[in-house]
Amino acid sequence: MSLVTATLRRDLLLAARNPGEWLNPLMFFLMVAALFPLAVDPDPKFLSKIAGGVIWVAALLATLLSLDALYKTDVDDGTLEQWLASGESLYALALVKALVHWCISGLPLTLMAPLLGLMLHLPDSAYWALIVSLAVGTPVLSLLGAVGAALTAGVRSGGLLLTLLILPLYVPVLIFAASAVYHASIGMDYNGQIGFLGALLALAVCLTPFASAAALKLNLSR
Amino acid sequence: MWQWLKTLYHRLGSPKWFYDLTSRWIPWLIGFSVLGGVVGLVWGLAFAPADYQQGNSFRIIYIHVPAALISQSAYIMMAIAGAVFMIWRMKMAAWVARVIAPIGASFCLIALLTGAIWGQPTWGTWWVWDARLTSMLLLLFLFFGVMALQQAMETDEAGHKASAILALVGLVNIPIIKYSVEWWNTLHQPATLKLTEKPSMHPDMLYPLLIMIVTTYVFFALLVILRTRNEILWHERKRTWVKQLLEKRWNSAA
Repeated sequence: MSLVTATLRRDLLLAARNPGEWLNPLMFFLMVAALFPLAVDPDPKFLSKIAGGVIWVAALLATLLSLDALYKTDVDDGTLEQWLASGESLYALALVKALVHWCISGLPLTLMAPLLGLMLHLPDSAYWALIVSLAVGTPVLSLLGAVGAALTAGVRSGGLLLTLLILPLYVPVLIFAASAVYHASIGMDYNGQIGFLGALLALAVCLTPFASAAALKLNLSR
Repeated sequence: MWQWLKTLYHRLGSPKWFYDLTSRWIPWLIGFSVLGGVVGLVWGLAFAPADYQQGNSFRIIYIHVPAALISQSAYIMMAIAGAVFMIWRMKMAAWVARVIAPIGASFCLIALLTGAIWGQPTWGTWWVWDARLTSMLLLLFLFFGVMALQQAMETDEAGHKASAILALVGLVNIPIIKYSVEWWNTLHQPATLKLTEKPSMHPDMLYPLLIMIVTTYVFFALLVILRTRNEILWHERKRTWVKQLLEKRWNSAA
């Protein structure tokens, strides 16, 4: 078994044995979204207008919350050194770690989103747009976030710092995704926005692992 | 030409060479900044004709536009310096990248503040969620991120590398952010100055603006050089040439 599949298996197994890792962000997602009707306005008409944006902002914050731990244990217990010593490319590791992160954060968020849509009175026509935009957009969040996680892995209390670094980079994804959901909710075509999200995903898959790999080496040289 | 550039590049890697060279430049840069600033501002604020729609409030562009331009150039320069450091391990580049971050953030803040002051009478509001304003705000956040990361790292070396990586990731993202935000919402007037077209401004308004832009670039260069020299003195404080330099200063002062 190659190192890449072994890491994939190990990380997924760890997540399965330690359900808090993926359940907590999911609960956070639910709670944040529930705060908006309480704080702003429970009127269904108003909610149906902001539902897509609220769900996307909540998903973005939930993703950030779970990123902090991505590389921390690997840096602390020496797994990262072993990776580098093995001669396997760090690019592959960075890609696998982002994939694992998406499986435990983006994927459950995508599956859970329709429930939130129901609670926030999302218009019927927007459900597919919401699911598709989350399915294409959250991997970009994981890939970009992994760069921040790699940069801050060695920093004490790096969680807040990570948020500061990564949030501005998330803006394009948020704009296109929220716009897709909004266009769908008023019965317009949203293929263009999904297309842009797909382009961002392709770009992120190609480029961000290089940045993650460079950032990971930084943790080793200390 | 190529050979000359290569030698220049290698020499730039030497802190002492840079320090000696810029010692000769500084008086000229200060002189140009003061002269250009006085000419540009007096011309722009007092003699340029008032705008037929905006009246005198348009005059803030003589500060607003240069500051906005510089803050974007500063980010690019910071990212390139970071890349030079990552690729060729040139310490000077890391110091330059480090000192640019707060300067670029300051110019970004100036652009945002002057924009708000101009927006109040013209648009009737301090802030709108317009594409240009929002992308400048995000640029400010990117500068803050680089500065925060630099400070959070335990060693200077790790801080330099980490912020260089972040600056490069940000550099790739800047056009994406810019276009996505533009596509999202736009109210700001389209760019008046384009390299490819004839400017849509009257020359009497345009010339002071061009003077201010050039002057602000020179001023920016001056700030970067001054701060880089501080950085050099601090990092090279144990070297003989710095000790000799300080002794000489000390003796001439005493």
